[in-house]
Amino acid sequence: MTPRVVFPNKFLPYLLVAPQLAITLIFFYWPAGQALYQSMLKEDPFGLRSKFVWFDNFKRVLSDPSYLNSIKVTIVFSVATAAVAMCVALLLAVMADKVVRGKGFYRTLMIWPYAVAPAIAGMLFLFLFNPSIGSLAVLLRRAGIPWDPVLNGNHAMILLVIAAAWKQISYNFLFFVAGLQAIPKTLIEAAAIDGAGETKRFWTIVFPLLAPTTFFLLVINTTYAFFDTFGIVHAVTGGGPGKSTETLVYKVYNDGFVNLILGSSAAQSVILMVIVIALTAIQFRYVEKKVHYG
Amino acid sequence: MATVDLKDVEKVYGGAVKAVKGVTIAIPDKALCVLVGPSGCGKSTLLRMIAGLETISSGTVSIDGKVVNEIGPTERDIAMVFQNYALYPHMKVYDNMAYGLRNRGMPKDEIDRRVKDVAATLELAHLLDRRPRELSGGQRQRVAMGRAIVRNPKVFLFDEPLSNLDAKLRGQMRVEIKNLQRSLGVTSVYVTHDQLEAMTLADILVVMNAGLVEQMGAPLDIYEKPASTFVASFIGAPPMNLLPIVASGNGATLADGTDIGMAAPANAVTLGFRPEDVDVVMNADRPEGAVALPARVEAVEPVGAESFLYCAAAGNRIVVRVSGRATAKPDDDLRIVAKSEKLHWFDQAGKRV
Repeated sequence: MTPRVVFPNKFLPYLLVAPQLAITLIFFYWPAGQALYQSMLKEDPFGLRSKFVWFDNFKRVLSDPSYLNSIKVTIVFSVATAAVAMCVALLLAVMADKVVRGKGFYRTLMIWPYAVAPAIAGMLFLFLFNPSIGSLAVLLRRAGIPWDPVLNGNHAMILLVIAAAWKQISYNFLFFVAGLQAIPKTLIEAAAIDGAGETKRFWTIVFPLLAPTTFFLLVINTTYAFFDTFGIVHAVTGGGPGKSTETLVYKVYNDGFVNLILGSSAAQSVILMVIVIALTAIQFRYVEKKVHYG
Repeated sequence: MATVDLKDVEKVYGGAVKAVKGVTIAIPDKALCVLVGPSGCGKSTLLRMIAGLETISSGTVSIDGKVVNEIGPTERDIAMVFQNYALYPHMKVYDNMAYGLRNRGMPKDEIDRRVKDVAATLELAHLLDRRPRELSGGQRQRVAMGRAIVRNPKVFLFDEPLSNLDAKLRGQMRVEIKNLQRSLGVTSVYVTHDQLEAMTLADILVVMNAGLVEQMGAPLDIYEKPASTFVASFIGAPPMNLLPIVASGNGATLADGTDIGMAAPANAVTLGFRPEDVDVVMNADRPEGAVALPARVEAVEPVGAESFLYCAAAGNRIVVRVSGRATAKPDDDLRIVAKSEKLHWFDQAGKRV
């Protein structure tokens, strides 16, 4: 163990961490506190008066069927997005690892989608899959699939997952490639000599050794799907048709900024914050136990 | 058990770089063949080709009389011990050893019996529940050995298995590997750049240089009759003294004209003698039938059981081994005498005359 550093000056250490503390307090705790305070207020329709109502907003939100629906939508969306984004990225990374010529070029191409803004990515897929003008939609229709994300909620969800996952694949790809490179070649060779075929090698050696990367990406992707997909939802479906793709984040926006039910919206964002904290805690507590850091 | 035969094996990288340039070696059943040479001589490439980890550009590799060029490492029935051990870090020692057996679909109780047997021989029984990172270097080395032995393969391949160990442990493991290999009677190929390991382990020693076999044979034969100046300077520590000579009249001289005291065979341009084959005399008598050179002591290295004198003779550095304490001191002038039967002569191409 490294010995503890002892500062002779009593105040200097506090002074040195002060800027960091100030930023955290002003930009994180203060807004979070504001949200918490707002979540216990009720405003009249004209925004003139507000009343402190304790946990009324939470009670109302949690018993609202449309909110419960939104939770369900979010779970489906997040699990699907994380799963698709990670599986496709892993597949691409494993294949990229085998490329001998033009490795750098291939990887650079794979990373580009990450530079596309979420709203643009959303628009891209909206056009590609637009039932009347989208080129991919035409192909789907020709293949006999009655593709209609504008009216069919399930189709809208699929479209959303594709768009959101597409955006995250590059990021995951980058980490998987790095993770694969960190696995010593001799381990793979040893496994080959030990009689393991390629598929077996992947599942018994490569995949377990990628576990730290996979775990990290699981946390990042879940958080991404929960929090950072507002732009895509807004551009692709706007939460519709009906409420079939209204995720929790999107509902916070809808109720707060469109419908101006500020108290309820604040309560929802507090709940969302708690959910993400809990999710991350669970992942670290349980999933990490199965991860071996070589 | 098996024989390993290499026939005109070549390895070409990227269509241009020849790493191995036509190597033919026949390893009989149960023999331990050591490939030794400086880094980049192609010895590891050759081993990896036997393992099936590198493709064979031309020539054939046969195991037990069967050409295995087109057979992958999985089906060659070989086991390899890697320099960095290549233990699976996420598996316990037990699973590391059982992995190869499970992949071959052996029944569970048979696996258990075999792993425990081998663990007992290698004194690993108490470590079976540990992970590789919880083991010391020597223990990891043993596990790597165990993983190879438990499979009971046709051929063992060792890729510098001891180079990550400290000197003392290396000496121990060297003896252990030799004993194990002998008692198991498995044909083995062992790659090293350490000439001491090579000398002590080998049944057949193969000295490689620049992708070619320089010399092949029993270790002591190679030591006593090196086929080239390369082998002479590579095998033996300190290496053989090599002095350029010029024939003149009935005798021969060093480059600066110093008479060496005897005639050289035809074509010989290099004279060699081992440090231990030299006598140091203080008087000026010239013994018959021996090389005698005036030299000045530059440094003395007492090692304990023996001492090395580093001498200068007409611009050449000559190392002399004397047993016990050396009486000579730096700046002493003395005469170096090497008997004719202990001399080695090499021609212009570096080949033995």
